[in-house]
Amino acid sequence: MTLPEAAGLVLAFVARLITGAQGHWRGCAPMAEQRIYFANHQSHFDWVLIWASLPRELRAATRPIAARDYWTATPLKHWITREIFNAVYVSRERSADEDPLEPLAEALRHGDSLVIFPEGTRGHAVDPAPFKSGLFHLAQAFPEVPLVPAWIANVQRVMPKGEVVPVPILCSVTFGAPLRLAPGEDKRAFLDRARAAVMALREAD
Amino acid sequence: MGGLRELGVSQQVGLLFIVLFGALGAVTAYAVIRALRESTPEQQARDAWLLRELRALWLGATLFWVAWGTGAFVSTLLFGVVSFIALREFITLTATRRADHRSLLLAFFVVLPLQYVFVGVRAFDLFSVFIPVYVFLAIPVVSALGNDPTRFLERTAKIQWGITVCVYGMSHAPALLLLDLPGYRERGAFLVLYLVAVVVCAQLVQEAASTWLRRRPVARAISRSFSWRAWLSGALGAALVGALLYWITPFQPVPALVMGLLAGGCGTFGEFVMKALKRDAGVRHWGGRASVTGAVGLLDRVAPLCFAAPVFFHSVRWYFGWTVQATP
Repeated sequence: MTLPEAAGLVLAFVARLITGAQGHWRGCAPMAEQRIYFANHQSHFDWVLIWASLPRELRAATRPIAARDYWTATPLKHWITREIFNAVYVSRERSADEDPLEPLAEALRHGDSLVIFPEGTRGHAVDPAPFKSGLFHLAQAFPEVPLVPAWIANVQRVMPKGEVVPVPILCSVTFGAPLRLAPGEDKRAFLDRARAAVMALREAD
Repeated sequence: MGGLRELGVSQQVGLLFIVLFGALGAVTAYAVIRALRESTPEQQARDAWLLRELRALWLGATLFWVAWGTGAFVSTLLFGVVSFIALREFITLTATRRADHRSLLLAFFVVLPLQYVFVGVRAFDLFSVFIPVYVFLAIPVVSALGNDPTRFLERTAKIQWGITVCVYGMSHAPALLLLDLPGYRERGAFLVLYLVAVVVCAQLVQEAASTWLRRRPVARAISRSFSWRAWLSGALGAALVGALLYWITPFQPVPALVMGLLAGGCGTFGEFVMKALKRDAGVRHWGGRASVTGAVGLLDRVAPLCFAAPVFFHSVRWYFGWTVQATP
């Protein structure tokens, strides 16, 4: 076992100790197929929770998106995101000649699964904010990859914005039935349908 | 029975091991055979429930035995972990706000470890007043610093109540391990086993009596199974088991019976109170089924122990203080 693998196991154990990290697979089974998971976003802890609630075999091939300027700023942050989570780095500043989704597309061509938070930023409201269009563009470019909605419950109580130490409170991640882009579906309609699919899991739980 | 008392510690431990795991093994074998035959869906659900309960019992008994074998330190640690998981479940069920974050951190990462450290170093005076006095004052101060007056008293009270039940109550069980009773050295673990046995027995008898007697529930809105008759049956069952187990305790049969009655009665009240709390939090599930947040139902199982342990602990101390004074 390498150091990052061991650190990953320790981290997953700590996440489970603090939050329970219960994965409820309502709409699909945890399988080793390529998927794009998309979820509501309320805390920095969201990614760790989804990652810890996945079966261990799937964790290595399921990658988060990380802002390059923030997560490569110090050697430790860079090491954690690169070695443990195998993150896909994106730059927040958009340059004219570069497609911001290109690193994601590259990872998907490589066969990896992704976890994205289509709200774009952490929300504080009860309902998730309207989804950004990245999910739609990925669905268009990779029609064969199933899009799995997920609802993360309770995590905002674990680590509110501005706090660094998490409080032990049980959380759950509910995974729903996969979506696909319907032929000729409008961008806004698809994004609203995806958001509704995430919110529907809140009641289903 | 008197002869059993004269046995050495290791012989008593061996005997208890055979009795405990023998009984568990027999009941499990019976449950597995029952689950294999053809039956209606209701019966299948009951069989599945029984197997799930048994799995919890096996886990508890094994952990208990491992802790016992490895000494008081590991047992205290084990009870500390159970306390942590119970408090985590309790806090999940209560509506705390952002401003409570620091108080909760204090509860989980300072109060809980310190309380178990006090148990471990046998600082019994500090152990008895740390949470009721110092933590009682510290939590509202930290919460007030959070700068949020919304439902302040309610939030603070809930956190304090959770700490008192899940940490303070629970920590009295490992404290029994370390009580220095006259003529009862190295046998603290027997007292813990005695306590757990009478409390579990009170639950089982009360549960059976409530289905059997079908009495009018005292508080229908809270529990459909709690009636005074059923409660008394549970306490008497616990008293009987307590008297039968007197040979592992430092008591004579009659005090053992009274202690069993006391601990069993308190334990059943604890379960009743926890039902009220879950109703308040809007949780319908009871027992092993996972609920909304994935709470595993540990709180339901340990609540009787949390209520019974402090009463039992202090009864034991008073009883010995009194007998020592009576026979100078």
